[in-house]
Amino acid sequence: MTAFANVVLGGIFHAAVLFLVAAGLQLVFGVQKIVNLACGSFYALGAYFGISLVNAALHTGVPAVLLLPILIIAGLLMALVGPPIERLLRSVYGRDESFQLLLTFALVLMFQDVLRFIWGANPQSLGSEVLVYGKLSWGDFTVPIYNLLVIAAALAAAGLIGLFLRRTTYGRLLRATAENRAMAEALGVNVRTVYASVFSLGTLLGTLGGALVVPTSAASLDMAIEFVIEAFAVVVIGGLGSMAGALVGALLVGLIRALSLVVYPEFEILAIYLIVIATLLLRPAGLFGKAAS
Amino acid sequence: MPGRAQLLGVAVGVVALALVPVLAPPFYANLLVPFFAYAIALLGFNLLFGYTGLLSFGHAMYLGLGAYSAAIVAGVLGIRQFELVLVAAALAASLLALPIGFLCVRYTGIFFGMLTLAFGMLAHSFLFKFYHLTGGDSGMRVPRTRILGLPFDAYNKIELLAGPFYYYCLALLVVAGFTLWRIVHSPFGLHLRSLRDNPQKAEYLGVRVRQFRLAAYIISAAYGGIGGAILGFRIGLADPELVHWTHSGHLVFMTVLGGFNSFFGPIIGALALTLLQDQLQSITQYWRFVLGAMLAAIVIFFPRGLAGIATDFARLYKAPKQPQVAQ
Repeated sequence: MTAFANVVLGGIFHAAVLFLVAAGLQLVFGVQKIVNLACGSFYALGAYFGISLVNAALHTGVPAVLLLPILIIAGLLMALVGPPIERLLRSVYGRDESFQLLLTFALVLMFQDVLRFIWGANPQSLGSEVLVYGKLSWGDFTVPIYNLLVIAAALAAAGLIGLFLRRTTYGRLLRATAENRAMAEALGVNVRTVYASVFSLGTLLGTLGGALVVPTSAASLDMAIEFVIEAFAVVVIGGLGSMAGALVGALLVGLIRALSLVVYPEFEILAIYLIVIATLLLRPAGLFGKAAS
Repeated sequence: MPGRAQLLGVAVGVVALALVPVLAPPFYANLLVPFFAYAIALLGFNLLFGYTGLLSFGHAMYLGLGAYSAAIVAGVLGIRQFELVLVAAALAASLLALPIGFLCVRYTGIFFGMLTLAFGMLAHSFLFKFYHLTGGDSGMRVPRTRILGLPFDAYNKIELLAGPFYYYCLALLVVAGFTLWRIVHSPFGLHLRSLRDNPQKAEYLGVRVRQFRLAAYIISAAYGGIGGAILGFRIGLADPELVHWTHSGHLVFMTVLGGFNSFFGPIIGALALTLLQDQLQSITQYWRFVLGAMLAAIVIFFPRGLAGIATDFARLYKAPKQPQVAQ
């Protein structure tokens, strides 16, 4: 029973990080209609920089208790790559979607070497900082408090994004632009700044997810191209462009991965793609999406 | 019929390629074998992308299938005849493409891309995880086979690749190109272009849109299988990386680099990327960055690729005839 609880909690932790990245993907797709393959690269960027910043901070004598705030700052700082990349993408707005996809694929290739250039080819990881907040024990069942904090942070992010999109004026503008760009523009919405801010927010969610995951797992060059595929599975299952879909999709993918690792390891990734394909075939709009064209 | 200039271009290209093993060191002939593999695969890929308007982001699956077919036919079953390997690869790819294509062609645009990507990753994780069947990440060995029934025992592997096998692949490319040219310029090809440009109207006029898309998908898969078998023979190994989605991305990259609006664009793209990648890899370990930057530049500034640039140059010298959309 405790083993089962460990598996479930591991799955939920994975889902929390997955949700952050997938939410970024959703936001960008929902408003800009671009499938951003580079969101996995943002995730890797946040992870690598998170490690460097934590190490540097600890080196200069910052108490380890500040681990979580330091990582959040790392995510925020790396989100600064968002606006220039949005500027680059601007040149393909309104072009065929295969060109948009290819441009983000070009970014994936470039980011891989940027990361290799700065941090080298070997995987990097933090030490035992993850235990700085202690552990929660219940018999055989133990979990680092840090993991719980990340899950809480992801939930908080979900709540904040939801509030932002539903309750604020700017959030309404975003949704209006997502619904009908031409009409929003005609009514005076500055679509250019909307796109820039949406893409930056999407980038932030990616880098933040990466920064938060590093105390528990290593950062490697492959994480970008592996994670984007998982985030992609989440958005397809949840429904392209839907925030609630991202939450449920992330939870599903996280739990299925964790469970199949225990029950039938060969099935780990296979199970996820079977569900992705089933979703696309039976309900192409996803669990929470609107009917697709 | 192709125009006189095009025929001349093809003749010059074939002669130039035929001279490579004679004039250049074996290294270059050896380097060009993957080019033939990609050129054949991309000819088929562009039937789907350029002519039918469906962008598959999981097409590397069929190259992988071709390579694994070679490993099974030549390695496991011990049938060391490359012609049979090719037939098996094309057949296996077509057979797999039938059900997958049937499901995928119900969608177009980004949904088609995502569905093919998901199938590709499904295949990848199957090959990667089912170790006892597929050898997992170490893959399956593809042994040497006879070519045209001849063992070529006097040649070592490099000499074989740079000599007889090179010409064999060149001949295959010519045959594959000629076949695809006929397909593209048949009424079937015209149907594909009509349903790419206006599916509603095509359907209204009685074109069975899905069947035609499915047929294009299966043909492109068979071409991919043949390309993959060549690739497997060259490397001597079939491994899951052949099926990874980044490899599919490279296929799209080559096609766009060469120009998907043109029949010969994919071949030009395959040649350019093969040579370029080799040069870049010898110069810098950061060759991916350069390739990515090039892809971005092509997408933003030259969406018609190298073939488009070439036709623009050609037009500077003579009066424009007609706008060139995938002829």
